[in-house]
Amino acid sequence: MSNQVIFADPLEKIWRFFTSVRLTIVLLLSLAATSIIGTLIPQNEEPAAYFQIFGGVLFRLFSILDIFDIYHSWWFQLMIVLLTVNIIVCSIDRLSTNRRILFVRNPSYNLARFRNLKHRETFSTESSPGQLKKIYKKFISRRFGHMRVEETERGIAIFGEKGRWTRFGVYTVHLSVVTLLIGGLIGSGFGFDGFVNIPEGESSRHIRLRNSKAVVQLDFEIRCNDFEVSFYDSGAPKEYRSSLTVLENGQAVLEKDIIVNDPLRYKGISIFQASYGNLPSNEVVLSFTSKKTGMIYTKNAIMDQAVDLPEKLGTFVLKELQRSATFKGHDIGEAFIGILTPPAGDPVEVILPLRFPSFDKMRKGNVVIAVVEHVPRFYTGLQVNKDPGVWVVYTGFILMILGCYITFFLSHQQICVELAGTGRKTRITVAGTANKNNAAMQTKVSRIADQLAKWGTIDRHPST
Amino acid sequence: MYSSNILSITTFIYGLAGFSYLFAWVFKKPLIGKLATWVAVLGFAGNTSGFLWRWRESYQMGFGHAPLSNLYESLIFFAWTIVAIYLFIERKYNNRVIGAFTTPIAFLAMAYASLSPNISDRIQPLIPALKSNWLIAHVMTCFIGYAAFAIAFGVSCMYLFKQKDTDESGPLLKFFPNINMLDELTHQLVMFGFLFLSAGIITGAVWANSAWGRYWGWDPKETWSLITWFVYATLLHARLMRGWHGKRIAILSIVGFGAVLFTYFGVNLLPGLHSYGAM
Repeated sequence: MSNQVIFADPLEKIWRFFTSVRLTIVLLLSLAATSIIGTLIPQNEEPAAYFQIFGGVLFRLFSILDIFDIYHSWWFQLMIVLLTVNIIVCSIDRLSTNRRILFVRNPSYNLARFRNLKHRETFSTESSPGQLKKIYKKFISRRFGHMRVEETERGIAIFGEKGRWTRFGVYTVHLSVVTLLIGGLIGSGFGFDGFVNIPEGESSRHIRLRNSKAVVQLDFEIRCNDFEVSFYDSGAPKEYRSSLTVLENGQAVLEKDIIVNDPLRYKGISIFQASYGNLPSNEVVLSFTSKKTGMIYTKNAIMDQAVDLPEKLGTFVLKELQRSATFKGHDIGEAFIGILTPPAGDPVEVILPLRFPSFDKMRKGNVVIAVVEHVPRFYTGLQVNKDPGVWVVYTGFILMILGCYITFFLSHQQICVELAGTGRKTRITVAGTANKNNAAMQTKVSRIADQLAKWGTIDRHPST
Repeated sequence: MYSSNILSITTFIYGLAGFSYLFAWVFKKPLIGKLATWVAVLGFAGNTSGFLWRWRESYQMGFGHAPLSNLYESLIFFAWTIVAIYLFIERKYNNRVIGAFTTPIAFLAMAYASLSPNISDRIQPLIPALKSNWLIAHVMTCFIGYAAFAIAFGVSCMYLFKQKDTDESGPLLKFFPNINMLDELTHQLVMFGFLFLSAGIITGAVWANSAWGRYWGWDPKETWSLITWFVYATLLHARLMRGWHGKRIAILSIVGFGAVLFTYFGVNLLPGLHSYGAM
């Protein structure tokens, strides 16, 4: 900015401040530098952990500066806001100064400008300007979107141009950044980010939010019918799969198995497979061996549900799973405890340690009970999100890719073919410019000149 | 595994190519330079077939996936992309000195992949988080970007050597491309890399949104890719809007490649969700 200009209006001053590309560079580098801190210091941990690492003084200083949640600190977000204003103001400023280049129906051409270009290709042919004009007009209009012929003092000039619209590429990139930030704001203003753990067979509608202790209540319920985890031979996890049902007023409305990378989406809310865990088992496969007949019966037993035994052996109820059961003062490890009620006689307590399958033989009862298979029980950990801004963000993504491509690789190109008649001969000068990658444009000018020379010397109508 | 053997041999071929380019430049032997090109093409063919063979082998093992799922595989693809872009530049600008500064990067990437005891070359089945169609798009766009930045780094180093002696070109620098061409090439490569880095970050964000339910989470790898993006965005704005040229652009390009390297390797030392990149 020129120093002589004095701005009386403070608004004007602020505007000028934000049109500075120096500000852009300072902000980009500051954002880069401060972002590093957040990758070196783990974010959003418990304060006690930080206190232990950094000690009192540093802890207090870092807390004031929001170093433990740096990307949401007021000063980091202020930099993002400044950058956004910077981008918007710069774009508006440049759009208004370049409006005469950007918004034109019939572009005008400055012949002198082309005549002054350093790189020009010149050649002569035996054809007259009148003959060549027709051929060259066709050539230029085919390769350039816009074409115009003007009379000059030496003969005629054929102008062509294309890609004026590519000058909007950079504004598209800037618009994309603003779109991304708006999308992010919509997400953090109207969305939420939470999780819920649901045991197999149970359902829930209460989502615990991250970064706060609040709970969101959904207007539908999620039921976890089943959770399965499978492993490769190497022991690495292969798949986490939750079979979910969405319930509205107790009615199932949607069923889907979700895996990582394939969430369930319902009413703008997305449910992701995030984690899982073990719950105390409440189902077990038991074998009952009758002492009288030697027959073995296998039955599934669910906690607190009576199992009727054949041969009038009575009923069996599974009562609990003890993490470390004791028998006559000895720790026998994990064991199921059940009650066997014979048709005649008192109920007896049965201990079924997982470690000793034939333990119940010692009881010397009419039936020997053993655990065949302990059906593990899981809960599924679901990430539950609502982000109404995500489509705005995706629009920003598309704009950014398109904008970068246009800005970097397409250009606004202009060409001028001047025909100067000298007797029966015609002298042809080709010159061209591009707003970007001018070196490539000059190669193109040379190539076009070669082709024009070919088209001009061969005295027939080129139809190919 | 057959593909690992092909790729180990490719490492040595790349080493030979890099050495030949250096030798041809230092001792001014254009014939060796021509040979270097053929060696690089041979290495590239080996790299390509190793990559494709590994893909095939993973199918034969019953859990087929594109070989882009861990550090070893990404290094192979990184080297492949560097050599592909370099050979294109060599053809376009007809200068082999650039090869002396870029093919060694491909060699180092391959050598690190093949020789480091911390990097397993075994083909592993995909863990649940990586089972996605976005894997190919994300890894490929990122590494095309990284490779373009790697070559821009090599060219920027050449610029800094060349601009040191302005008046009398020393015997070694005489064969360097024109200084303006080096500057312009850096700019072209950074634009190309920036487009692909942006695409890489975006495909990663879309993937993260389908796997974890958020498109951006300030995970260290994400943050470092953004830092890299900021550095190159600075370079482009400084050049196009403030007319920076030459030395300052070369330094920014070198700093940018430092950020790329940290995004690629350094982040594995930090805790985060991208930990499978370290295996």
